[in-house]
Amino acid sequence: MKNKKIINEEVVRSVASLARINLQAAEVKQLTKNLEDILHYVAKLEQLDVSRIQPTSHVLPLENVYREDIVKPSLSQQEALSIGPYHTKGHFNVPKVIA
Amino acid sequence: MRPSISIEFEPVIGLEVHLQLNTKTKIFCGCANTFGREPNSHTCPVCLGLPGTLPVLNKKALEYAIKIALALHCEVNPLIKFDRKNYYYPDLPKGYQISQYDLPIAQHGLLVISSGGQAKKIRIRRGHLEEDAGKLIHDDSLGCSLVDYNRTGTPLMEIVTEPDLHSSQEAYDYLHILKLTLQYLDVSDCDMEKGSLRCDANVSLREKGSTTLGTKTELKNMNSFKAVKTALDFEIRRHQEVLQNGERVVQETRLWNETKGTTFSMRSKEEAHDYRYFPEPDLVPFVVDKKMIDAARQTLPEMPDVKLQRLIRDYQIPDYDAGILIQDPALADFFEQCAKANKGIESKKICNWIQGALLQELNARKKSVTTISLTVQNFTDLILKVENGALSNLAGKDVLKYIIDSGKSVDAVIQEKGLAQVSDDQTLDGIVENVIKENEKVVQQVKEGKASAIGFLVGQAMKKTEGKANPKKIGDLFRRRLLNE
Amino acid sequence: MNLHELTAHELLDLIKAKKTSSQDVYAAVKKQIQAKEPQVHAYVRVNENAPMSSPPKADFPIPIAIKDNMCIKGQETTCASAILKGFKPPYDATVVKKIKQSGGMILGNANMDEFAFGSSTENSHFGVTRNPWNLACVPGGSSGGSAAAVAAHEAIWALGSDTGGSIRQPAAFCGVVGLKPTYGRVSRYGLIAFASSLDQIGPITKDVHDAALLLKMIAGYDPMDSTSVDVPVPDYTRSLVNNVKNLKIGIPKEYFIEGIDPQVKQSLEKAIDVFKQCGAQFQQISLPHTEYAIATYYITATAEASSNLARYDGVRFGLREIPGQTRKSPLIDMFEETRDKGFGAEAKRRIMLGTYSLSAGYYDDYYLRGLKVRTLIKEDFDNAFHQCDAILTPTAPTTAFKIGEKVSNPLDMYLSDIFTISVNLAGLPAMSLPCGFSREGLPIGLQIITKPFAEEMLFRVAYTYEQNTDWHQRKAPIQ
Repeated sequence: MKNKKIINEEVVRSVASLARINLQAAEVKQLTKNLEDILHYVAKLEQLDVSRIQPTSHVLPLENVYREDIVKPSLSQQEALSIGPYHTKGHFNVPKVIA
Repeated sequence: MRPSISIEFEPVIGLEVHLQLNTKTKIFCGCANTFGREPNSHTCPVCLGLPGTLPVLNKKALEYAIKIALALHCEVNPLIKFDRKNYYYPDLPKGYQISQYDLPIAQHGLLVISSGGQAKKIRIRRGHLEEDAGKLIHDDSLGCSLVDYNRTGTPLMEIVTEPDLHSSQEAYDYLHILKLTLQYLDVSDCDMEKGSLRCDANVSLREKGSTTLGTKTELKNMNSFKAVKTALDFEIRRHQEVLQNGERVVQETRLWNETKGTTFSMRSKEEAHDYRYFPEPDLVPFVVDKKMIDAARQTLPEMPDVKLQRLIRDYQIPDYDAGILIQDPALADFFEQCAKANKGIESKKICNWIQGALLQELNARKKSVTTISLTVQNFTDLILKVENGALSNLAGKDVLKYIIDSGKSVDAVIQEKGLAQVSDDQTLDGIVENVIKENEKVVQQVKEGKASAIGFLVGQAMKKTEGKANPKKIGDLFRRRLLNE
Repeated sequence: MNLHELTAHELLDLIKAKKTSSQDVYAAVKKQIQAKEPQVHAYVRVNENAPMSSPPKADFPIPIAIKDNMCIKGQETTCASAILKGFKPPYDATVVKKIKQSGGMILGNANMDEFAFGSSTENSHFGVTRNPWNLACVPGGSSGGSAAAVAAHEAIWALGSDTGGSIRQPAAFCGVVGLKPTYGRVSRYGLIAFASSLDQIGPITKDVHDAALLLKMIAGYDPMDSTSVDVPVPDYTRSLVNNVKNLKIGIPKEYFIEGIDPQVKQSLEKAIDVFKQCGAQFQQISLPHTEYAIATYYITATAEASSNLARYDGVRFGLREIPGQTRKSPLIDMFEETRDKGFGAEAKRRIMLGTYSLSAGYYDDYYLRGLKVRTLIKEDFDNAFHQCDAILTPTAPTTAFKIGEKVSNPLDMYLSDIFTISVNLAGLPAMSLPCGFSREGLPIGLQIITKPFAEEMLFRVAYTYEQNTDWHQRKAPIQ
């Protein structure tokens, strides 16, 4: 592996922050070990020369799938809000966002 | 204290415009794309980002994007795809925004602005399609923030310029001509106050003549073109002061505070953004072929610069008048229909009525000529009646108000309101006689040669008839009686 | 007659002949659920409000188990995760809609690994499902609940989803038939996404005939899914012919790896003999990039998953947790606490891996490289299908392992998907069907792979094998 790809607890914590997961100290330790093992295994991909290979993000040869601009019924406010318990005055509520 | 030697700086500005497209439905679901409704009343499982839901592209949004690309002289990418831009925010239901990263719909365009009488080409770097987020309301009294997802999934076209603008005025002019162009395409309301057009600006300063770019700041939160201009002015001055003091500009995002007239740093404790773009696996790529581009080209209307020249040529109206008409394509259309109604009214006269009385009424109502019940027939009838003296100018303006609101015919309004111009000699003679009796002093002045004082007497006569008298006839009667003309 | 032990096609014949009714079938299955569920735990939730019979004219009045990652309107759907607790979708997944329209009676939400992350169903927030053939063993995963329910006759048939083998491997472990259709064959609308470019819903049934019926019911273009393909759905029962004469069947040399259970290998060899006796021709083929499949899969699938699971943020539905004290800001704390409490260990591991491989500085080395190797893996199959009509492999390198055996070693668990993962990366259809038993009495599965949209070939090969063997008629001791 290249040096820059070394996994350590600091990297794990910063990735956890990107993924918005508050990890406990023990979890950070465990995940550092897990990710190290997995990435070590995954490093076998570097054996292949892929410089001239096109990436495949879709296996299907599909293109231009769209719909016409025709209005369909929406959920009512009541239906929309009742997917969860977190609503106030017709809105979803969240802890205060400091702008 | 500032150092005494002042270096001459040149601002370098790039603009990023987000335009809400006025399709009937949202970009990836069938919810109506409308505004000002009850919060969270225009959502569905797809735009709420509920588990299991999938996006399907609105074909019209793609067609609009192609139109915009063509109008801005962009290259339309033959193959486009969508990508996910990942970040967490309560107004972003899926935790990612579907946007376009490396294969946007439009690239390498340009828009010609006219700044200080000179034409200047502003390069467009790219234009891409994406989905809008919801609205977050910060409510201190509730101790929490509120989210309305009605706006979520509104189609957005992001239009980014190269850093080709070199003053706040140029930025203003660019926005003006961009808006006009987009209005012609009829792809958006382009209303900055309503948020259907939003603009962020990047600004840096460099020494005049230098080609290297200075450190830029990004300005957000401007709610009008004027705000963009004043915010840029403020920021340019701020950069200048920082640089002249030998300090460095900090690269950051700054928010415009309209009431204070300043920009302030959006100091964020969060880590730097890492959007982790990757191809959206729930959508397939789109091939934009010649057929689609040609079809979009067919729907392109006459663009404002072309229309300007044609109006001047075809209707022999002054540049200035044509310039006003093209600001609103609907108004220009209305003008042309009136001119073509062929009632023998001079085009210039129609222009005058449009620019004067009609625009005044429209502005007062905050409406467009297409959203009132004024017909070409009615409007030209009105102008004709004033032109041939059946209606006074003043009464004509009055009638206009009524026909705009009621849609009734000119004749019906005149009859209803009793606004017909009084031209009958006997009646007018009586009025003139009364005015002469009541204004001996002025009458004397007229007789002594101060002909201009007749105007005052005419005014008095008009007052007595509540504006219904034919002022030309009244004037003639005064001159006949007092000056024996 | 034990109605719950019959296949759907047998039951449909009886119902048609008025020898039984959908009501009786439903009652029999419900009784079996009551009797066996305490041991097997195939369901996260048993649906107490399901219609207990079908309308008289329904096409398929058959009780069905639905994996807990397909949305059922108004009915709690959780992906076996704490983070979705209490979530009642306001809409039906397209497959659920089709099941309802054809008169299917939904028995409940089948257990699974949380968000389909796993190969053993041990990663369910709601507890492990046990293998009906040996309660000390896992049923496989992630569709372990669906496979166990069918094997234990707690459902006549079931729907599972397959991202890297999640239908086929549990089908193999539980001795039932599992089919992963071609990517795009079945609508994903309403399937709670794991990896969007790999996920596919498919049937888990007692025999090949039922798989043909159930696939026909759920397949087809869906305007709500841009990646579903608009090609006609054939009547797959027409492909149920006992004839593989002169078909060319490929055996990939790379699939006889170290670590493959000799009993599994032996079963495959016997299966080859059966096909040979039926007139099929065999040849060795090569899928040279097989050894890179698992690495490719874990990079690309977790990347998509990390993004797909970003919506579980505590804002609109499901779990919301707020920590006692402020760490970053009230909002970010809520996000981070909710996701910490709501996701299990494997979900966190995959979100972390996916976030890492997409993040700045690593994208080209991991995610992009993964997509490129995916191209090579797909090309391997394209080349192979120039030489053969179908490919035969074991479904899994071993039989069902013991509960707890692999939980401490995630990588080891990942490696158990070696034979199934490439198929998802290439978007191909594949089926697992019973092909024998180990000395310990655990089922062994045979995997058949064909070209995209060649499900008819899949049915033909599988049906022929089934007609010439009787593995599918064995019943789990749990009954």
